[in-house]
Amino acid sequence: MRRILICLFLFYSILLFSQEFIFTAKDKPNDDGSAILIEWDASDYEPDKIILERQDTKGNFLEIKKLSDFLGVFEDGNDINAGKTYFYRLSLYDVVGNLISQKSAQITAEAQWFNTEKISLLIMTIILTAAIIYFIYSARSGKELYIRKISGLESMEESVGRATEMGRPILFIPGTLDLDDMQTIAGLTILGKLAQKVAEYNTKLLVPVCRSMVLSTAKEVVEEAYLKAGNPDAYDPDSVFYLTDDQFGYVAGVDGIIVREKPAANFFLGAFYAESLILAETGFASGSIQTAGTAMPSQLPFFVVACDYTLIGEELFAASAYLSKDPHQLGSLKGQDLGKAIFVIVLLIGVILEIFNVHILKDFLSLH
Amino acid sequence: MKRKIPLIITFTVGVLLIIAEFIPHKPFGTLSGELEEWFLVISGFAIILGQLSLLKVNTFKIKYKQKDWQYSIITLASFFFMVGFGLLWGTGKSSGIFGHGEVISAVIGIKPFDYLFQNVYQHLQATMFSLLAFFIASAAYRAFIGRNLESNLLLIAAVLVMLGNTTVGGLLTSWLPESLNFLHLPKVSEFIMTYPTTAGQRAIMIGAGLGIIGSSLRIILGIERSYLGGE
Repeated sequence: MRRILICLFLFYSILLFSQEFIFTAKDKPNDDGSAILIEWDASDYEPDKIILERQDTKGNFLEIKKLSDFLGVFEDGNDINAGKTYFYRLSLYDVVGNLISQKSAQITAEAQWFNTEKISLLIMTIILTAAIIYFIYSARSGKELYIRKISGLESMEESVGRATEMGRPILFIPGTLDLDDMQTIAGLTILGKLAQKVAEYNTKLLVPVCRSMVLSTAKEVVEEAYLKAGNPDAYDPDSVFYLTDDQFGYVAGVDGIIVREKPAANFFLGAFYAESLILAETGFASGSIQTAGTAMPSQLPFFVVACDYTLIGEELFAASAYLSKDPHQLGSLKGQDLGKAIFVIVLLIGVILEIFNVHILKDFLSLH
Repeated sequence: MKRKIPLIITFTVGVLLIIAEFIPHKPFGTLSGELEEWFLVISGFAIILGQLSLLKVNTFKIKYKQKDWQYSIITLASFFFMVGFGLLWGTGKSSGIFGHGEVISAVIGIKPFDYLFQNVYQHLQATMFSLLAFFIASAAYRAFIGRNLESNLLLIAAVLVMLGNTTVGGLLTSWLPESLNFLHLPKVSEFIMTYPTTAGQRAIMIGAGLGIIGSSLRIILGIERSYLGGE
């Protein structure tokens, strides 16, 4: 009996003292050294309170977080700098506030030179860029490239001609976003080509904008187009003008112009939000030929309904290359098509793999 | 030089930003954010250009009595009122040249700028936005006219989605047995919105994404220069 009791005491003691809680501090991978990951597991102790502290420059431990779960991961991104060493302490307390256990860890924050989580993105970028650059430069050989007809762009000449015959202006809206949006830039490149045709036909062009930076760029683009068309005197600096930055204020202004000036043709090319239908329906009611283009999927149905021609997504970005007929630019469109083909193949493989419960491709392509 | 310098800047910044996407280490990791801040600073200054344009165009209209010049008076008056009230008595918690305008605020309840903002501007904005409801109705009427196979399909899909999102839609098919639950109108509506619509939208987004990459490369490599005003 005594032996059994001794054995039980020893077993209990081993069990008690073998109770360990895990506490580690790790540098957050794939970052600029501005975060540290704290991992803990105190489920064996089931403490009432878990306090995480970090040592300050004076050597004092200051509480940074009261942890509510027995185990988990906490990201400390508060005032962490790459190359510096940080000391952490995790303390477990029972219900009456007695310290049960305490552990400390130290870690040096490091910045990485390559984000390994973006390797799939890098591979896709390289493939896509290589394909586009290859086709751009292979176009130099003079090989004829087939590009399908885009009705919305073919109609540009028709719209300018109609406006000239009717003696009415042409309205161009480069979207409602600023120059940092690619759709606005795509819209402005089309404006350049349109303005050149307008200058050739000596028609009036109206470009109300809602961003100051778009204003200066649009002015430059239109002025250069008139110069290129050999009709610089016809350029009216006030044909490109600013209305307001406010979304619906801008819509009210443009609607007013449509109703009063009754433009023969309206071009809505750029990024649009809720204003798309208001603009397009007002244009429809005034009887203008309307061409719209945007990469906003939620606004495309509105343009399709209310406009005569709609450039859907990528067509907006292809417009400049299409209109220029420059083989280099057309070559880039071929590169994009190859990219699309690659995407379709990868998607099909991904779907098949997922059906068979194999997640390798999905995991590889996922950006964390 | 007028063309070359912008092209060099575009190429350098473009390539740097592509590289920075994969390098978290300083200075690459913060490059994108820094440039975005630069953009905000520049666009802040550019607002002056916009205001000058607004003033110039409208002043000329009034001066030379151009067509519909009367509207320009309202534009300029609104502009000066708002700017003036903001400058003189401030907006929100910030004070203006004459402080917080306690005397005026005591009469109208809040600062003059905020009063006009809340009682005029916001209502005008809401009016414009509410026009959308009427335009949706007129556009939907035209879109849902059955002319051919595609428009008929669109019409059927639209009716199913609309009915599925109403209480009536749910009631119409509530008698269906559990085994035919997938034909319940709210379920059909949800299916159309989750699968065919999302698939179509994603296809457009992938195409647009590739278009953005293609356009960006053309601009970075200097092949596309029309945004600078030249070929």
